[in-house]
Amino acid sequence: MTIIHLTPLHLGLASLLVFLLAFLSFRNRLQIEKPLLVAALRTVVQLSLIGLVLRAVFASTNPYLVMFIWMLMLAAAGREVMGRQKVQVQGSGRFFIGTSSMMVSSFSIMVLILALVIKVEPWYKPQYAIPILGMLLGNTMNGVALAMNTFSQQVWQRRAIVEQKLALGMSADEAAREIWQESCKTGMIPIINSMAAAGLVSLPGMMTGQILGGNDVADAVNYQILIMFMISSGTGFGVLLSLWLLRRRMFDERDRLVIKQNFSVK
Amino acid sequence: MEKLTIDQLSFHGRGPYSFALTSGQILAISGASGAGKSLLLRAIADLEPHQGEMALEGEDYLNFSGPDWRCRVMYLPSEAQWWKETVREHLITEPENSELELFGFTAATLDWEISRLSSGEKQRLAILRLLQRRPRVLLLDEPTASLDQQNIARIEKMLQNYVWQEKAAAIWVSHDPLQIERIADRHYEILPGGELRTVR
Repeated sequence: MTIIHLTPLHLGLASLLVFLLAFLSFRNRLQIEKPLLVAALRTVVQLSLIGLVLRAVFASTNPYLVMFIWMLMLAAAGREVMGRQKVQVQGSGRFFIGTSSMMVSSFSIMVLILALVIKVEPWYKPQYAIPILGMLLGNTMNGVALAMNTFSQQVWQRRAIVEQKLALGMSADEAAREIWQESCKTGMIPIINSMAAAGLVSLPGMMTGQILGGNDVADAVNYQILIMFMISSGTGFGVLLSLWLLRRRMFDERDRLVIKQNFSVK
Repeated sequence: MEKLTIDQLSFHGRGPYSFALTSGQILAISGASGAGKSLLLRAIADLEPHQGEMALEGEDYLNFSGPDWRCRVMYLPSEAQWWKETVREHLITEPENSELELFGFTAATLDWEISRLSSGEKQRLAILRLLQRRPRVLLLDEPTASLDQQNIARIEKMLQNYVWQEKAAAIWVSHDPLQIERIADRHYEILPGGELRTVR
């Protein structure tokens, strides 16, 4: 099976669909034509630029360059998580709680997979290391952002109840347990659902891309299973770690609720 | 021996407060709203960050974990919170019928829905929930504010009996001079600036 190369002509034809949708939106005064076209243009520009960058990085196999790109990706994910928090920690924790949780879970799983499972040589080979981290971070980011937002918002809103539980002699763990469990579930349910539905409802994006790109289906399936395990565990560990760090900022060493002092509403 | 000792306790720019309670004693605290009565109780329950020393029966509060201290020195907020569906789910053990009757309830009360309770019922159940946990010191923030005359008498009697029988102690915030007369051994007033004035 050979790969059918896409040319600008192919993409131009496909873009007609987007223009058609924009036209319909304009005619029906839905007012989404402008954000739609801007987003489509951003896709073209951003992906083309990242293509140029990746081509250069793939050619070099320079570990420092790879590490630099990882850090950029991590910082972007951290910023995104921070932006999605309605009740935020004050100070540098605003950025670092989410970012460090994602770093620990995504990087360790990436290294484990690259070095021990796929056995790439060298383990940071950019063709593998960059897309895999991207996929891990993308999913972990969603889970962590959802879980952290639920946790801090719910403890903030239900702080009278949390304090009532503390007043009755419960520990911080016990007082926040219900909200903690709720938040963990909120963060992990999307990835669990997508594992459960994989192959039935839709073919996951990476597998689809590989098959369209002309790879063997069995290979594509195996890689997809690997990816699913990685992103679900990465998301789960990231969620647990971020909530644990967040809880440490909500309660002090005497198990007092100090969310009023340490957090603020955006 | 002193039941509860408060030594140079200060928080949020208030204080320092120093006083002590002996076994079986009830200290009433009155004062204008906003003078910091609730804050003082919260600080003693170690729910509010503070400076200064506290001790229970001579043992420094830092020898207890936060939750262990609050199990012994228990705070009743003026508006108690509930988080489950029914009354039963908030209690650590199933109370005896005789105990429920003391509060003006029956066994059926245990299955009542929280959302259908009146504020007075909630208040009495909050006190039941508190006493079940057998605290050594009670920090009561207007415990009878939402009760009718009959229940005020009932609850006053019960709290006094608890303090005497268990050789516990209580700090009781109240606005009602007659109530303070009835229940308290001593009476402090918090002035608007935060200072404590001994009334008796």
